[in-house]
Amino acid sequence: MKDFSAPAIHIFFKDSHSELRTRYAMNALLMFVVTALALVLFSVGNEVVGTDVLSGILWVIIFFSGMSGLSRTFVSEEERGTVVTLQLLSRPTSVLLGKLLFNFVLILSLNVLIAVLYLLMVSRFVILTPSIFWVTIFLGSCSLASSSTIIAAIIAKANTKGTLYPVLSFPIMLPLLLTVMNATRLSTEGAAFSEAFGEFQILVSYTVVVITVSILLFSFVWKD
Amino acid sequence: MKSATAKIGLVVWLTLVISAGILFPMVAAPQKWYELPIIPGLEEKARIIFFHVPMAWTTVVAFIASTIYGIRFLMTKNLDYDLRSVSAAGLGTMFCILATVTGSIWAKFNWGSFWNWDPRETSIFVLLLIYGAYFALRSAVDVEEKRATLSAVYSIIAGVTVPFFIFVMPRIMTGLHPGSKGDPQGAGPVVQFKMAPNMLLVFLSSLLGFTLLYFWMFNLKVRASRLEFHSQQPQE
Repeated sequence: MKDFSAPAIHIFFKDSHSELRTRYAMNALLMFVVTALALVLFSVGNEVVGTDVLSGILWVIIFFSGMSGLSRTFVSEEERGTVVTLQLLSRPTSVLLGKLLFNFVLILSLNVLIAVLYLLMVSRFVILTPSIFWVTIFLGSCSLASSSTIIAAIIAKANTKGTLYPVLSFPIMLPLLLTVMNATRLSTEGAAFSEAFGEFQILVSYTVVVITVSILLFSFVWKD
Repeated sequence: MKSATAKIGLVVWLTLVISAGILFPMVAAPQKWYELPIIPGLEEKARIIFFHVPMAWTTVVAFIASTIYGIRFLMTKNLDYDLRSVSAAGLGTMFCILATVTGSIWAKFNWGSFWNWDPRETSIFVLLLIYGAYFALRSAVDVEEKRATLSAVYSIIAGVTVPFFIFVMPRIMTGLHPGSKGDPQGAGPVVQFKMAPNMLLVFLSSLLGFTLLYFWMFNLKVRASRLEFHSQQPQE
């Protein structure tokens, strides 16, 4: 285990440093979130929209924001031509785990930001069970990071990277998106924490299954 | 010679099954062996089960076959398995579209609209999306080895996430299909067959016929794509 974890953490720090230096993904993501939120607010206007729809829209914003930035981790290696160096320096599993950690931190902070902004700006979106809501945001970020990382690794090797990413991700992420939307709806209805337990089980098992398969398959994608 | 007999046999078999599915009369009190019982609320529309369900079944068989050949390709790096994987996926897409279209037309007349987002409709839609994404990915990679590897990896990932719908769907919606939650004739992921014996016989024969038809078409498609593949390779 230690063979994988130490290099993985190094890769995570490398990515964080290069991200903090250029702020490419962060700026793009931030602007995307602001644009999407503004669009939703404009289109809703003064209409009375049900909380079902509002919890759906929240995850639509999260999904497309993630799609606009999460592929950077692998695509940037490919564009800067640093793939071979990474291949020489560390094992595939460490690379995957490092990138996974980076994507997880990125999407978790993004989701918290989106959730806070959404709660502040959309006045009709009232959370009655905050525990369900924040656990959903956390577990949803885990699941989104797990599937988006391996898909990013796949599309980094393809020609049309940008458009292909949401196309490949959507069918994979649909079970998880339906689950988080349902859990969010529960939190707006004031359900007890135990009622959302089934949703959390699905999210946790989804994350575990996808990460396991990713570890098994990543070396095929990574090595040329 | 042997395969010719098998093929003629399959043609005869499917002709009989399709004629039986269309022609067997539906009566209120079945007396003779060929008379099918009337199901209240469905009447003649019940005949869709002989065609639509086998198509959906074949789609799933093709999807599993494609994933298995993908795994074998990753294990052996033999491009022939990739040809088989993509052939299975191509046929699966065709059967998937057929099942969706037949089901959708039927739904218009029985449930009132072409599309209802019933759990099974949603899952076939997801399957269509996966097939679409699979071919979109393939067309975006130029190198054959790389294309085969990436599409195999993608089909495996899709294969492990699709079963989650079995757990997700019942929490979100009730279904219209038989066997769904809320159906008094038995809830659960597996449809409980309470068909009349002769209807069940036609149905199972159709299932078998369509599955064999799939394998025949698969065989033809693999051979054709092998020829295509080798004709494109530079001669030594």
